[in-house]
Amino acid sequence: MPKQTFVLNGKSITVNVHDDVRVLWVLRDLLGVTGPKYGCGINVCKACTSHINGKAFNPCSVRVGDLTKDDEVTTIEGLPDTVGKELHPMQQAWIDRDVPQCGYCQPGQIMAATALVKKVRREGRSIRESDLDEIRNICRCGTYTRIREAIKQGARNM
Amino acid sequence: MALGRRSFLGYVMAGSTLVVAADLALAKPARAAVPSGAQIPELYDLEDLQTDAAAPTANLITVTLHEDGTASFAIPRMEVGQGITTSTAMILAEELDLPVEKIVVTLAPSRPELVMNQLTGGSNTTVSTYTPIRVAAAIAKGALLDAAAAQLGAEVARLESHQGVVTAPDGSSVTYGELATKAASATDRRVEVQLKERADFSVIGTPRNRTDALAAVTGKKKFSMDLHVPGALPTMVCRPPTLNGSPKKLRNKAEILRMPGVRNVAKVDTGIAVRAETFGQCIDAIRAMDVAWNPGTVEGESDQTVLARLRKAEVPLAVPDVDPLAKTVEESFTFMFRSSAALEPNSAVADVRKDRATIWAGLKVPILAQQNIAKALGMSQDQVTVNVITGGGSFGHKLFSDAAIEAAKISQKMGKPVRLMWHRADEPRQGRLHPMVTSRIRATHLGGQVLSFEQRNTSVVTDFSHGLGEMITSTIDEAPTEVGRQLGGFGFSQSIFALTQELPYNFGLVTQLLDETDDRFNTGSMRNIYSPDTAVANELVIDRLARQMGKDPLAFRLEFLKDERTKAVLQKVADEGRWGRKMPAGMAQGIAIHKEYKGCTAVLVEIDTRPRTVNREIYHGVTGPRVTKAVVAVDAGLVINPRGLEAQMMGGFSDGMALTLTSSCHLRDGHFLEASWDNYFYTRQWNVPPEFEVHVMPSDSDQPGGAGEAGVAASAAAVACAYARATKKMPTRFPINHGTVSFKVKSFVPPVPPSPTNGLKHTY
Repeated sequence: MPKQTFVLNGKSITVNVHDDVRVLWVLRDLLGVTGPKYGCGINVCKACTSHINGKAFNPCSVRVGDLTKDDEVTTIEGLPDTVGKELHPMQQAWIDRDVPQCGYCQPGQIMAATALVKKVRREGRSIRESDLDEIRNICRCGTYTRIREAIKQGARNM
Repeated sequence: MALGRRSFLGYVMAGSTLVVAADLALAKPARAAVPSGAQIPELYDLEDLQTDAAAPTANLITVTLHEDGTASFAIPRMEVGQGITTSTAMILAEELDLPVEKIVVTLAPSRPELVMNQLTGGSNTTVSTYTPIRVAAAIAKGALLDAAAAQLGAEVARLESHQGVVTAPDGSSVTYGELATKAASATDRRVEVQLKERADFSVIGTPRNRTDALAAVTGKKKFSMDLHVPGALPTMVCRPPTLNGSPKKLRNKAEILRMPGVRNVAKVDTGIAVRAETFGQCIDAIRAMDVAWNPGTVEGESDQTVLARLRKAEVPLAVPDVDPLAKTVEESFTFMFRSSAALEPNSAVADVRKDRATIWAGLKVPILAQQNIAKALGMSQDQVTVNVITGGGSFGHKLFSDAAIEAAKISQKMGKPVRLMWHRADEPRQGRLHPMVTSRIRATHLGGQVLSFEQRNTSVVTDFSHGLGEMITSTIDEAPTEVGRQLGGFGFSQSIFALTQELPYNFGLVTQLLDETDDRFNTGSMRNIYSPDTAVANELVIDRLARQMGKDPLAFRLEFLKDERTKAVLQKVADEGRWGRKMPAGMAQGIAIHKEYKGCTAVLVEIDTRPRTVNREIYHGVTGPRVTKAVVAVDAGLVINPRGLEAQMMGGFSDGMALTLTSSCHLRDGHFLEASWDNYFYTRQWNVPPEFEVHVMPSDSDQPGGAGEAGVAASAAAVACAYARATKKMPTRFPINHGTVSFKVKSFVPPVPPSPTNGLKHTY
């Protein structure tokens, strides 16, 4: 079986698995990294949102064989380390605003939010309501308003 | 003469550290006499029934104090996001004088001895557990103070307890942790306690963030599929192409078993199960399976044929015995199938051995799950251990143990532990749905008065085999005689309907009844069960009555509402939301109320139905009319955690709005078309009102009300009323966009879509 090597939450890891297996299952089923959640498996619900080289991606829709050894995958578990703190400002905003209800979608929401803030900054602007409208991550508990408030707070502290 | 404070009895239990239990035999609240003409829920509602069902065994609810100064309590209910672990910790903290952080609330495994006292539903957790938990905590504090008195050489009455420390008048002190073993009892001992006065509360009623938020935002919160059970490999089921079909034969078993990662294949009654090293390989195997299927339960049928069957079962509305000059308003509404699926799909871990079985799953009725699993496996109940895992949402879905039973059967058949998860596509296609229902209303009015209001719902059968039905049968004797008489002869569904539906207006002769037909579907009680549909129908007709009688919708409601609490929430949203303000054409306000769960809710919304809003484009999304503002006011009686209650109102609003505008399942050719979150349009960010506010009403009640479902019905109704006013045309089928199938239907064979490979092209 092929050896797959990539950087996961700051550490290079190697795992024996076929090229074709999607990264989500490599993370969850083989490596026991369970922060990214399954909600649809077809890049729709966004519950598995994580980062690749600092940008948001959905590991349910990427073959592990398509990762290179230098690709840096960051899951919610590795997010605080990217800022060298106990919690990323976006996670802190989520706690301050008491966003989670069941909590299932929240790792993906937070990873999507941090990437979105960075994206609009690259575009030389700050978050607009229309950006928030386009976030596709589903929260079936329906706590969308608090998610929007938390993103604005998190962005101020990023 | 002032009444003395009520005493409660409980026990200090034998144990190595302090263990206490509450006895509720004497704590049942006295209920008022029966006024005539009242609707059933005014006398005795589903909350009362659930509380009565829980009472006889509540003495088995125990709180334990530990030497590290923490207190633990395994609540016989399930946390699915509604916040009961947090609010329960607050209730304990209040009575114990211990910081909330030092209280560990876990979910109790299945405990058959609790009988009816382990069902999470009907927004009843706090209603039924508030008093027994407080009694247990008060007994614990009493025992701690007794032990402290001995240790510090001071009278109990002169001791002060604060934040887990007991202090004597001389300043000497001792911690709860140090007292935990000293306060322990060698034998069970019966004691009498009094509870803290409401005026002394310092925790209950203060806003508090969730105790599990840190775990949730760091990815550490464990759901069923995150558990590591040795050998429990990913398992999925290839399901039939039509609803409730069954497998005949897997024709290419050898080929499937040779696929990468695949370990086991087994035929079960629901399909062909596959166990593999990863879920991705299960999906690949399912897509490669060549299965011969037996037909399902609704072959060739569609929304239209099911609706025709409902119409046939409709009972004629009564001709009201009113003045022949009275004007009649008549309407008929249709509510389509909707999915109660949570984001966490149906899932369970099962490890079934020859002589025993262990299950881990999100289960709201674990005792029944344990019984059903034992039956399915041919074991006795005590051979089956059922662990309750915190759920990724429920909305009624987890009342049933479909995945747990299925996982157990598969594990037995394969002889291996399994980690079973449903594919998303399985949920709307084979999972539990809110049934299709018609609601007909006939109301009469004359001279500015409403003389009669009859509502008759006809519904596809709702499955109540999750335990609530049985609870009614065994508890209804506890209800006032008048209620028992009215419910006599009703089935489970009619009883639940009657125990929950209340139209709190002075409308003369009010009747609300449910008839059922067609039990071929997988149904369940979705969040707020019947109320969103009945409220939408009622409040739309109320707006029509108001218009016919030349009255403003708000003024009309305030004139006819029966009770002051409901009037107060309505007035609150009208004031905060500036009812009656001028809006451009194509925009309008809507206002509605709902009374249930020992409380009441009012919602005001503003909606924009102008073409440029309705036709705004979101990739693969349903846009349509946009609710631009929502104002919710809730009177939930005694509120434990206002921040948690606000969260439930926010979620309830998202649900209610989706029910009215966007979310439904379409039946065609014997199967439901939806297979993804981009097919089933639950509220998404692009639907969320830019302005949203919740007002929690002050209350001097000593009775906590329900929260989880309390926001749905009035939200659904307010959005419907606003839409009707904005478009000047009352919709009669919900959700309003049901006529459009706005997605490409995914394949039925194979039953799950392929896993995409282009994720790296969509980074941002």
